Amino acid sequence: MTASPIEKIAVKTPQQVARKIKGLSDRTIAWIFVAPTIFLLLAVNIFPLIWTIRLSFTNYRVNRPNRDVEWVGLRNYERILNDPDIWNTMQATAHFLIWTIVLQVLIGFTLAYLINKKFKGNDLWTTIIVFPMMLSPAVVGNFWTFLYQPQIGLFNYVVTFFTGGDPASFSMIGDVHLAPWAIVIADTWMWTPFVMLICLAGLRSIPDSIYEAAECDRASKWRQFWTITIPMALPFLMLAVLFRGIENFKMFDLVVQLTGGGPGNTTTLTSIDLKREAFEKWRTGYSSAYAVILFVTVFGLASIYVKALNKVKER
Amino acid sequence: MSTFINGLMRLRRGPWEMVASILIAVGVVMLMQPFALGIYTYSFIVTLVGTVMFIIVSHFPE
Repeated sequence: MTASPIEKIAVKTPQQVARKIKGLSDRTIAWIFVAPTIFLLLAVNIFPLIWTIRLSFTNYRVNRPNRDVEWVGLRNYERILNDPDIWNTMQATAHFLIWTIVLQVLIGFTLAYLINKKFKGNDLWTTIIVFPMMLSPAVVGNFWTFLYQPQIGLFNYVVTFFTGGDPASFSMIGDVHLAPWAIVIADTWMWTPFVMLICLAGLRSIPDSIYEAAECDRASKWRQFWTITIPMALPFLMLAVLFRGIENFKMFDLVVQLTGGGPGNTTTLTSIDLKREAFEKWRTGYSSAYAVILFVTVFGLASIYVKALNKVKER
Repeated sequence: MSTFINGLMRLRRGPWEMVASILIAVGVVMLMQPFALGIYTYSFIVTLVGTVMFIIVSHFPE
């Protein structure tokens, strides 16, 4: 009879080590295996968080390491929460967040619903639709910068083809009213496939027997959609909203590449502003307080969202 | 409504989580609203209270 891989390993374990391990309880062995992960988690996540909270109460500047660090109490928080520029940044982030989520969920769910219907070339279309998601945000930013060019960009030509007028008469990334929409469109183009994939997984998890039972009861397609499809795909939709919400709250690369936060500060999202405060103005204490405010906001939102998600799943 | 208040008085998780969730949601809306800077100023404290409360009350009995 051949020995199993575990038996082979046991035989090869040196006698001294084997004797030591034999004396350990299952609980201790479990702790030995889990300890490196806990240590890494503490070192990479928890320690920086506590350190950031501590720095947020000081006037520390990382580019002046020899200067005395003063304890300033809540002054950093006070300044941030009374700064009209940061307030505008929050509004720009809210605009970006709300519209990208609304558009991505609507378009993503519609695409998933259509792809879920069995038709010829179904797999090919799925691959084509998923393609933008595979690109780097830097590439997408560059790509859309060219598309938005007033003189040579395709976007202006397509818009004026339907609305009439001169394609060079408006600039998506140069106009203060249009630039916030320019970043919404680019992000929606890139991340709708992600929402579509999650929704597709939800739609494919609905058993056909439920629809067959509804057909027997002579339920219309419209009623089947609202009473079967939507409620059963809802946890997946909520999951997609959670993922995209958290991701878009910290959106940085795509917007920096596309507009650089401009024109003016119209597309300066919180993450871009935070990066400027921390690594261009080098106000480490101040930017730490800024980061703590954003962290508490995202953490709070994620908590209530996860609670709602669990409730929907329990139903 | 009386069930809700009763749950609050008896320190039950459901109603207290509801209060914490409402505080967080109100705090986030205050943070991102475009109407008054004064409301924005007090947004963080509301969100923070809601979040801390949420962490604490999620350990209350059902």
